[in-house]
Amino acid sequence: MGRKFNNLLLEFARLHRFLMRVLREAVSPPYEFKEIVRQCYEIGWKSFPLIGLTGFIVGFVFTKQSRPSLEDFGATSWLPALISIAIVRALAPLVTALIASGKVGSQIGAELSSMNVTEQIDAMEVSGTNPFKFLVVSRIIATTIMIPILCFYIAGIGLFGGYLSIIGNDQLSLLSFFTQVFDKIGFVDIFAMTLRAVVFGFTIGFASCYVGYYSSKGTEGVGKAANSAVVASMFTVFIEELLIVQVLSLIS
Amino acid sequence: MAKVGNVINYEDCVIHVDNVSKSFGDLHVLRNVDLKLYNGENLVVLGRSGTGKSVLIKLISGLLKPDTGDITVLGQRVNDLTEKELMQLRLRIGFSFQNSALYDSMTVRENLEFPLVRNKRNLTRAEIDREVEDVLDGVGLLQALNQMPSELSGGQKKRIGIARTLILRPDIMLYDEPTAGLDPITCLDINGLINEVQERYKTSSIIITHDLACAKMVGDRMVMLLDGKFERQGTFEEIFDTDDTRVKPFYDYNFIV
Repeated sequence: MGRKFNNLLLEFARLHRFLMRVLREAVSPPYEFKEIVRQCYEIGWKSFPLIGLTGFIVGFVFTKQSRPSLEDFGATSWLPALISIAIVRALAPLVTALIASGKVGSQIGAELSSMNVTEQIDAMEVSGTNPFKFLVVSRIIATTIMIPILCFYIAGIGLFGGYLSIIGNDQLSLLSFFTQVFDKIGFVDIFAMTLRAVVFGFTIGFASCYVGYYSSKGTEGVGKAANSAVVASMFTVFIEELLIVQVLSLIS
Repeated sequence: MAKVGNVINYEDCVIHVDNVSKSFGDLHVLRNVDLKLYNGENLVVLGRSGTGKSVLIKLISGLLKPDTGDITVLGQRVNDLTEKELMQLRLRIGFSFQNSALYDSMTVRENLEFPLVRNKRNLTRAEIDREVEDVLDGVGLLQALNQMPSELSGGQKKRIGIARTLILRPDIMLYDEPTAGLDPITCLDINGLINEVQERYKTSSIIITHDLACAKMVGDRMVMLLDGKFERQGTFEEIFDTDDTRVKPFYDYNFIV
């Protein structure tokens, strides 16, 4: 028991050191602009098809499932408002984060871990490159930039999916749909969505890089790192979602 | 390629490991070891697997820190250097990894360019291309320029790994098990390449191995790591002129069995 507690404390200390190093190296030159752009492409651009499809399905299905409840009250005209609030306030950041945890988290965890196992990280270090800045910081910055962009994308596609679901039953122009959508969401909602996405992006990058960078040696370590990256990212995202919702409720 | 007589300056010590110890938990890997590498010399470090040979060169390159003792490389105490100074020193040390450690997401060309592009930012595209082709030609693999590491054999990967370290023209080469896992013919090629590198680039090298044919072919001097200490050193013949039961099986396995 005592030993487990000690190990837990040591893990927290290592996490703290890792976080401090990320923050320190992120603001100190030289900056790895080229690698950050490459990672934005790998992490963000290549996720657009999957995120887009998921967003469309979420918007379409959510609208379809919500219709019967509103029909009972003769309030189907409220569907655009309901969809906009649900997608912008809750679904878009959370669904983006969960999809990214699976796709991007496992990719980062496995990649860094296999580089660790095959001594590629050591090779980088002995050839005069700071591997922490090049591999870890660039990936965390890329996820922090790209997850919010993906989140806006999923929100847009999700709303469009909702619109297509609505026009299956009702007559509604795209313009009046989006007019109703933006009537119900304000600056605070957009700000809250962006804040969530930034926090989730940082978390996914940080958790995945941490488990990949410190993975155990051997091929088993690569599998474990990929798995742990997804679990750690998703778990932390849910905890953060809970905290952010509480804080935003208090503020509003 | 056979070893030719190289000029070794025994007045000029390029690496000095002074009373260094290193442990991992309860495992004492190195115990108060002393070692000197002289300018122009190929020094072979022999020893069983798990005796700390690779740990020694990781300590020298600053990848690990010693628990006690000092390591001086090219006149600089590694323990006292800042991260930035250590980075600069590492540019003068080539490290050839046991498994080559090629970046598997990059082509051979990109692997070789990587240290150049990041450390010599004033080079033009044409100069980079010329350097890459020159060093790749030196290891006899110019045709592999646009291949991925996964398409190369073990011996080719070793050669590319050595070429990647040579591209920065290091003063010191550290080879970690250069012939491990290779067939005898490829081993001979790699040994020849190590001698060629010493002659052509005027490097001083530490070669970690337990392959005695490699040791005999490339080494100017040898040391043997036994129970965390360098207990035997000298020429190949001097090392194995003993009845020590920790040493004899090495020779017997390689040349008699």
